[in-house]
Amino acid sequence: MVEKQGIGTVLMHAVLIIGIGIVCFPIYLTFVGSTLTHFEIIRPPMPLVPGPHFIDNYTEALTSGITAPVGRMLFNSFVMAMGIAVGKIAISILSAYAIVYFRFPFRMFAFWAIFMTLMLPVEVRIVPTYEVVASLGMLNSYTGLILPLIASATATFLFRQFFMTVPDELVEAARVDGAGPLRFFKDILLPLSVTNIAALFVILFIYGWNQFLWPLLITTRPEMNTIVMGLKQMMPTADDYGNWPVTMAAATLAVLPPVAVVIFMQRLFVKGLVETEK
Amino acid sequence: MATISIRDIRKSYGKTEVIHGVSLDVADGEFIVIVGPSGCGKSTLLRMVAGLERISGGTIDIGGRVVNDLEPRERDIAMVFQNYALYPHMSVFDNMAYGLKIAGKSKDEIRQRVDQAAAMLQLEPFLDRKPRALSGGQRQRVAMGRALVRNPSVFLFDEPLSNLDAKLRVQMRLEIKQMQRSVGTTALYVTHDQVEAMTLADRLVVMNAGIAEQIDTPMAVYERPATRFVAGFIGSPAMNILKGSVSGSDFALEGGGKLALGVEPVETGRPLLFGVRPEHLQVATAENAALSLSVTAVETLGADTLAHGTLSGANGAGGELIARLPGSAQIAPGDTLPLTIQDGMTHLFDAETGQRV
Amino acid sequence: MEKRVTFDNRLLPYLLLTPQLAVTIVFFFWPAGQALYQSLLLPDPFGLGARFVWFSNFEYLFNDRYYLQSFFTTAIFTFFVTLVSMSVALLFAVMADQVIKGAGAYKTLLIWPYAVAPAVAGVMWLFMFQPSIGVIAFYMKAVGIDWNPVLDGGQAMTLVILAAAWKQISYNFLFFLAGLQAIPKSLIEAAAIDGAGKWHRFRTIVFPLLSPTTFFLLVVNIVYAFFETFGIIHTMTAGGPGQSTTILVYKVYSDGFVGQDLGSSAAQSVVLMVVVGILTVIQFRYIERRVHY
Repeated sequence: MVEKQGIGTVLMHAVLIIGIGIVCFPIYLTFVGSTLTHFEIIRPPMPLVPGPHFIDNYTEALTSGITAPVGRMLFNSFVMAMGIAVGKIAISILSAYAIVYFRFPFRMFAFWAIFMTLMLPVEVRIVPTYEVVASLGMLNSYTGLILPLIASATATFLFRQFFMTVPDELVEAARVDGAGPLRFFKDILLPLSVTNIAALFVILFIYGWNQFLWPLLITTRPEMNTIVMGLKQMMPTADDYGNWPVTMAAATLAVLPPVAVVIFMQRLFVKGLVETEK
Repeated sequence: MATISIRDIRKSYGKTEVIHGVSLDVADGEFIVIVGPSGCGKSTLLRMVAGLERISGGTIDIGGRVVNDLEPRERDIAMVFQNYALYPHMSVFDNMAYGLKIAGKSKDEIRQRVDQAAAMLQLEPFLDRKPRALSGGQRQRVAMGRALVRNPSVFLFDEPLSNLDAKLRVQMRLEIKQMQRSVGTTALYVTHDQVEAMTLADRLVVMNAGIAEQIDTPMAVYERPATRFVAGFIGSPAMNILKGSVSGSDFALEGGGKLALGVEPVETGRPLLFGVRPEHLQVATAENAALSLSVTAVETLGADTLAHGTLSGANGAGGELIARLPGSAQIAPGDTLPLTIQDGMTHLFDAETGQRV
Repeated sequence: MEKRVTFDNRLLPYLLLTPQLAVTIVFFFWPAGQALYQSLLLPDPFGLGARFVWFSNFEYLFNDRYYLQSFFTTAIFTFFVTLVSMSVALLFAVMADQVIKGAGAYKTLLIWPYAVAPAVAGVMWLFMFQPSIGVIAFYMKAVGIDWNPVLDGGQAMTLVILAAAWKQISYNFLFFLAGLQAIPKSLIEAAAIDGAGKWHRFRTIVFPLLSPTTFFLLVVNIVYAFFETFGIIHTMTAGGPGQSTTILVYKVYSDGFVGQDLGSSAAQSVVLMVVVGILTVIQFRYIERRVHY
């Protein structure tokens, strides 16, 4: 369009660049902090450019950490995130398939029962869930970390939505070809769902990785800490000296996998976000 | 005075030039139709007049002012879009009043002008409805109403009827023409449909690949197409084109056979294209036939019958012809039809440049 | 909305449903039921038994000054987090929608904070603003601002609001950008031809057409501020100083796990369940009325 350059493209870019600055500054500073010495940090102002201790701090963080080695915590986070993502997708796609493609007594009841789980994030039912998990002996275990978080229905909903858009003719054609329900699921529905599964995987991985409250409650042994919750415990408190650079290194490492996922799988990530929120 | 003067207009996207120097002078009150196949640049041309695309070269002036660097709202134009572009969250009344409100007109004047346009377009019962509660034809009328109330110097239409069904198109076509006549506003209309083009235009601009191949009245374009492209684009079924060259006072076809030319001979030997419209072929007797058609297929349309076939005596490809004959003609595949050509209705084009000879 | 063509197996659907139903019953309905039940109990001081007390836990709750305070705190927190993150995100989205060069790069650079856990965001912001070591805190004090969120409740609240809003900007930005790009270009062109300048177009055409997105984000942001910000509060202020940043969801944790007041915590959970229920209902009823072009 022919337009007088009122605001000017320059100003727009300026706003965006300042925006990016505001958005990226905290992590930049965190990274800088992870490359300095503890002493440099506790005597403000700390320098604003990275220092030379990158290797030292990160090695220390990964191998010994403060409460537990960060390497171990990263591993725990990874197991938990993968478990949640894979677990949730697996059980959800099966139930969505059952609800959409079959008619059976109590179908609507099952549908509403699952639907209701959307209404309560785990933060609202923490105390009783904790008691249930404790009574099942799942404290300090990967199972305990994973299972309660795959209960909610967001993924089921997404798959149900998607299955509704798959043309009926495909089922009819498959039946004519002699395929039963499991065959149909494996050979036709599943391949069609791949993009949705991938997008959902990205979102769920990030969701699982970033869990804080739940791991905080059910892990009492430091070696079961996940990185996101363990970070809090690494922070210096009133009665201990702490080690800021190592903590900051841990923070940087805590953020790296999900950020990498968002940046390198951006298209899938955006698709997943948009789909799960409808 | 709302004349439009387009002088050697060019448009490039990056290094690619898509419009290669189009010039056109539009008189006040004239209805110009720009017609051509998809991708020929007709919409781009219109949008440059509207100010929705930047001009890469040349000038456009409206009413005597050069508008190259003026914003759309400064050009005193109104546009009807292909998909209507009605504001979905506003009522029909507000849609039409929008431009007037911005111009600071008084409530009374707005009311009066919208009512007047609504009356002209039979939109009175719909003034309070939102666009989604209207049919396609009604939406199109609202879009036209929005353009009408602004009382601009120029109307611009960007394929406004393409999204309507065939019957509605025929009806709306007439309404558009009548509306333009009654308000007398200069109009530029873009379409790919040659029937629309022929029925609406005072003058036609036939575009192909960024060039205006002919600018003339509809009848002139029909009777004397300036290029092979124009000849094939206007008229349905398309003009029959045969390859060959002139020899003596005959046209020698590539595959063999001759046709008697009704025009003065030009230099012999030059590769030329011979054109004759299906409707200008008439059944004759065997003695005074100019050519003979071996019929391969027949399409009965009721009012007409189309006979598809090949020229007898023409071997190989290039001899296919369609003849449009009266519906009462009794023809079957396998027949041999003697045909004559209506006087003066032959066309010759240069085989390389496509220009009329 | 039903599928016309289905399979006839009797047993298979139940088998397919079993994993999800099992997890849902064990980890959702059972605890939710427990929460409801426990909210009606008052455990005795030795933890050996509990008395059934009907709704007195709730009565006590709504007369508790601290609890009502927490409501108020949550309201302020939610309001500002939503306001700040949505307006900043809208600004960025409008800019990003209009620049042609580098749009992709801007988008990537603005959405990555979504991947940061709230708890980690809390740590990062604390690192910047903590009175003793924070870089920004240092410069604030250097220009004369008396910055001490450890003691000043209002400043602590400001800090957690900023951290929470920072994280949510990218999510809102994404949705606003998508909403902006869904507006047909021809509408903008028609408005330009009708005489509307950039700001007028934004006000009368773009923003109204963005309202489904805006409303949707409003609901999502409220849910975010209510529930997902636990990590931020816990890492930055632990609800303090003096409960000035204790939002409702944090109180459930601190009363239940730290204070060991199970009845009260359960009752609070129930109240929050009602709140989420209402928000979810609003979200679903609203989704059925999207604007169509």
